[in-house]
Order: sequence, then structure tokens, then C-alpha cells
Amino acid sequence: MDLLNAFITLSNFVLIPAIAYGSQLALGALGVTLIYGILRFSNFAHGDTMAFGTMATILITWAFQAAGISAGPLPTALLALPFGIAVCALFVLATDRGVYRFYREQKAKPIIFVMVSLGVMFIMNGLVRFIIGPNDQRFADGERFIISVREFKALTGLKEGLAIKTTQGLTVITAIIVVALLFYFLNRTRTGKSMRAYSDNEDLALLSGINPERVVMVTWLIVAALATVAGVLYGLDKSFKPFVYFQLLLPIFASAIVGGLGNPLGAIAGGFTIAFSEVIITYAWKKVAGYALPDALAPDGLAQLLSTDYKFAVSFVILLIVLLFRPTGLFAGKSV
Amino acid sequence: MTDTTRNFVYFGFIAALIIGTGMMTSWNLAITIVNFGLISAIMALGVNLQWGFAGLFNVGIMGFVALGGLATVLISMPPVGEAWAAGGLRVILALILGAATIVGAILAYNALPKGYVRALGMIVILIAGFFIYRGVFDGGVQAVEAVNPANAGYLGGLGLPVLMAWPVGGVLAAGAAWIIGKTALGLRSDYLAIATLGIAEIIIAVLKNEDWLARGVKNVVGLPRPAPYEINLQKSETFVERVINLGLDPVTASTLWVKTIYAGLFTAVLLILFLLAQRALHSPWGRMMRAIRDNEVAAEAMGKDVTARHLQIFVLGSAICGIAGAMMTTLDGQLTPGTYQPLRFTFLIWVMVIVGGSGNNLGAVLGGFLIWWLWVMVEPIGLWVMQITTSGMAEGFWLREHLLDSAAHMRLLTMGVVLLLVLRFSPRGLIPER
Repeated sequence: MDLLNAFITLSNFVLIPAIAYGSQLALGALGVTLIYGILRFSNFAHGDTMAFGTMATILITWAFQAAGISAGPLPTALLALPFGIAVCALFVLATDRGVYRFYREQKAKPIIFVMVSLGVMFIMNGLVRFIIGPNDQRFADGERFIISVREFKALTGLKEGLAIKTTQGLTVITAIIVVALLFYFLNRTRTGKSMRAYSDNEDLALLSGINPERVVMVTWLIVAALATVAGVLYGLDKSFKPFVYFQLLLPIFASAIVGGLGNPLGAIAGGFTIAFSEVIITYAWKKVAGYALPDALAPDGLAQLLSTDYKFAVSFVILLIVLLFRPTGLFAGKSV
Repeated sequence: MTDTTRNFVYFGFIAALIIGTGMMTSWNLAITIVNFGLISAIMALGVNLQWGFAGLFNVGIMGFVALGGLATVLISMPPVGEAWAAGGLRVILALILGAATIVGAILAYNALPKGYVRALGMIVILIAGFFIYRGVFDGGVQAVEAVNPANAGYLGGLGLPVLMAWPVGGVLAAGAAWIIGKTALGLRSDYLAIATLGIAEIIIAVLKNEDWLARGVKNVVGLPRPAPYEINLQKSETFVERVINLGLDPVTASTLWVKTIYAGLFTAVLLILFLLAQRALHSPWGRMMRAIRDNEVAAEAMGKDVTARHLQIFVLGSAICGIAGAMMTTLDGQLTPGTYQPLRFTFLIWVMVIVGGSGNNLGAVLGGFLIWWLWVMVEPIGLWVMQITTSGMAEGFWLREHLLDSAAHMRLLTMGVVLLLVLRFSPRGLIPER
């Protein structure tokens, strides 16, 4: 019984949050890795692209709520999501036209692209703060829990409860759907195949008559969609704050690099690796250990390896280890 | 127009801007802008060393600046005797143990044969070391932080003159840079950017959370100053007499005088670093750096150790940022980890370097002053623009309120637009590299 209680506690505080967070990171890292594979630079504006898409979605959600449209038990934001994606895609395509295309034609060095993406990041960040303000915004509505602690206890009669938030369930389901669609697109459709070809060998792809501008455009559309979905899911699960989205850049980059930059499968694996390490290392294990270990061995303190304020340090340390021992990532990505 | 006259025009323009600010608003503001402009110029010199000379992309300037600020506290504050007695040695011992663990793991990595034995050995050493470290560390920290938490609760510093903190800040930043450079250099170019972005966030997290070190978000205030206090000046009869003879108000004059002393110190540092950077740029070493930047493969074929040279210049540039950080904390008279924002301390410096002219030290200095002036002035100008655009709208209209409230965020937008415009239309900057 104690072991079961330990497992329930573990699921409640570690497994479920980590799976949800991992899905959000994986979606973010997929965007970074796609940009890296096709456009060949690390997009520093990705965190703020997420923030921008989320902001658009929030504004539309508010409009829907004001108009009395709702999705029943599900958050209204889901209905607003396609519109948010559209707004984000338009903005991202505009930045590509206005900013990145010039450097592509110049065949500028990757580092120049990174720097330019920094400028884009500034502008997006500024716009988001300008439009919606720098403060916390909560926009989740509908049913809060799929199963709440009280219901779970009543159901099973266990001492420890398990809660699954609607947003957590939603995150995982949405992530699975999005990833399945993405892989279907990349592996089965003509455009997806041309994208992979372009990513593998640009010159060869050009020779076979693939239109690079079209590939780039499709990439940006997919990235806008991925970023908005990731951002909205994160915002629903936690809350929306522009600065937090900027800070997400570090775990997202870490995920993409751990998995192997340019490799979509790696991005997903990396996202979960980072999320699980972060949650496991910053979780206070006292309760779980109290159930799982005999009384004599139970810890006195919180049994927390690192305080939650250092969650970025976790992704960073993993990043450093990967860079030191396996710079191409777990799934061999591009090293150049 | 020759280069020299053009430069004179540029710097004359900056001087006019600052004097104009002094006449339009107050001299106090003008000299504050000069002081921060000097510090910004030094940071820009450091970044220019990395980017302009070697093409290294460092987005963790904030972290190195914050380490400089930490040095100010560690050097200049008086030690807290009680805290040292309570657990100071225990904390230090824990830190030594922690360092020993890492060294042990590295030694094991080098000594053991490749394979599972090595991986297992390292993991065992690291995990055991971590638990021993935490066991020693936690008790010590609790004891230290329990000592008079309202005013102290930390170990304090060494009680040395504050000016000594400036070089020490450089050394601390150099140490952090060495660790980052050692791992991320030699790989693809944007890995360094990502690693520096990370280390900056972590340094700030450490400063915010390790209360025993520098009081965390409780801030260390009242740092010793290299200049006299205004209040003492106002009490000093000779000072008041001299000022009144000049026809000035003693209160205003004392603040101006103190800030002028700071400006003098900062100018001295800037001049020294500028001359050194100039010498380095025009030495064989500087030419080698630029050769590496322009074509790494060719330089490597000529027998240059690209990674080692990159590490060298990365450490040097970060050290300069650390020095500037220590100077800034000295000027503020307090260490407030909550105020370190990547926008203000990393990206702003980048805009300075790019606008001024990457690869040109004079350009970095120019960019430092110009962009700092812009940064200070964008907010009032933005508010003014907003007031004009909204003047036609009714009082209390939501759009009007929103626009007025948001004027503060104009800074980000302006800096982003400036960066993109310069990168696109004048990528070599105002004073291009020769």
C-alpha cells in the first residue's frame, strides 16, 4: 500500500507535470530544430514567437469569451488557436520577407542570421509587451480537472490523491496529434519530402528543381503553428508572461541540442529528457521517500537536490555535458 | 572628409547631445548619462574584442557584468564576524569539497580506461561528492543566514578598498568565461551563443538565491565609495566656501562634484583599456585574430591554434565586461540582483557595438555613448510621442490609456529596429573597421 501511495505521489508531482512540460518543450524544440535544418541558424526569436502567437490567441479568446462562445468543458483558447496560428504565421512570414530573405540572398554567415534573429526577438518582445503588457495573464477556462484529488481518493480509497488537470491532458493529446501530423507531412507528402531533401543537401535539392523560397515559406508556416501551439499549451498549463517565454529559450535550445539539432525525432526526445531532469532534480522527494523507504531511512529534510530557482541550471548542465561528450546530440544531428 | 574629421564630427555630436541634455533638463542628468556612457563604452570594448576581433558571439554579457558586481560586494564590504564564526568556514569547506568532486571526476575521466568503467566511476564520484557537499553546505548556510537576517545574513566581504574590486571583477568574469569557452568553443558558432545565454541566467539565479553570498534579492546596500559622500561635502567648510565663491548652490554642487569624481575614475579606466585594445588590434596578435576571424580554415593551415586563440580572446573580452560590471555596482553603491535584465545588459551592449562599428575600438566607444543616450531618452521621447498621438482622443478612452501606459516598452522596439536597420543598411557601423 505504501509503495502504491509513493507511486501516486510520484505521478502527481513528477510524472504528469514532467510529461506535460516535456510535450511543451518538445513542440518548442521541434520549431527550433526545423528552422535549424532548413534555414541553418539558431533562431533566438523562437521564445518570443511563442509569446507572440500566444498573445494573439489570448486576445481572440477574450473576444470569444466576450461574445459568449465557449468550448464547453474545454478551454475556449482551443477555438481561438487556429486564428492565433494564422496571425502568428502572417507576422512570421512578414519578418521573413522583410528581414531574413535579404540575408539569404546574400548567403550571409549563420552567425549573422543569429544576430538578426536577436533583433527580431527585440521587436517581437517589444510588440508583445506593447500590446498585452508585461504582466501575468490567465486565460484558461472550462473544466479545471479531468480528475481531482478528492475524486481520486474517493474512487480508490488511497491516502494520496492524484490530480490530472484538463490542460495537462490536453497538452499531451494535442502534442501527440501535432507531432503525428508533422511526421506524416515530413515523410509522406511531396512538400515534406522536398523539405527534408533541402535540409539534407541544399545544392542537390536545388538541382532537382525544388523551389527554395517555397520550402522556406512552408517551414515558417509550420514553425509558426508549432510555436503557437507550444506557447498556448504552456500558457494554459501555467500562465502567460512575456519574460517567462523569453526564458523558455534556454530549455528549448537545450532540448534541441540534446536531441541533435536538425533532427525532429531528437527534438522530442530532448524535450522529455530536459523536462524530466528538471522536474526530478528540483522536486522535494521527502514524501515519496517517506512512503517508499522504511522509517529508519526516511529523510529528515526536504530531500530536494536543487531548489526550483535553479531549474535553468539543470537544462544548462545537461547542455554542457552533451556539448562536451557528444556535440552532435543523442540522435546524430548536424554538427556543422 | 577624412576619417579623423568624421570621427571628430561624431564625437562632437555626442558631446552636443549631452550638453544639450544638460541645458534642457539638468546637469545632474547629463553627468549621470556620461558616467553610464563611460561604463557602457567599456562593456562595448569588451564585446568588440570578442565579436569585432574574433567573431565570437557572446549573449551572456549580463552574467559577466553581474559577476563584476558580486566582486564589489566580496571585496569592499566589511566581513560579518558573527556569520563567519557561525558557519563561514563550513560553507567554504563545502565549496572546496564541491570543487574537489569536480576535479576528482575530471581526473577519473582521464585516468580510467574508456567504456562503462569510466562512465560509472565518474557518476559515482559526482553523486557521492554532491551528497557530501550538500551535507556540509546546508548546515553552514543555515547558520550563516540566521545571523541578523535583516541587516546581514551573509558572510560579508574582505573590507578592502572598493577600487580593488574592479580588477577582481574582471578575474571572476574571466573564470566563468574560461569554463564556458572550454566547453563551447571549437564547436559550431551558435553553441557559444546558447551556452553564454545559459550561464548568464544561472549567474543571476545564483545571485538571487544564495543569500549567504550576497544577500540575494534582499540586496546589499551602502557599498563603500571611492568618492566622498555628498553630505560630508556639504558639511565641509572649505568646499562650501569654494562653491559659493563660484556662485553655485552647495547641495547641487556636491552631487555634481561626486559624480565628476566618478567620471574621472571611469575615464581613466576607459582610456587604459582603450589604449590596450588599440595596441592589441594593431599588434601581430591582433592581425592573427582578424585572420582567424576572416578565414578559420586558412589560419589553421598556417599553424594557428584557432580554438586556443578563441578561448584567449573570449576570456579577455569577458574580463573587461566584469570590470565594467564592478564599476557600475560601485557607482550604484548597491548590488541588486533583481535589476539584471538581459535586455539592458546583454542586448543593449550588442546594439552599441553593431551601431558603433564592430572591429573598431573607437566605434565601440562611440556606440556606447550614443546608444546609452538614446536608451535614456527614448522613454521620455516615447511618452511625448504618445501624448501627441493620443491628444485627439477623449480623456479616459481605453486606447489612449493603453498607449500612454505602454510608452515604457518603446525601448525594446526602438532598439530592435535600430539593430535591424544598422545590420541591413550599414553593417559596418558608424566607424567601420579599417
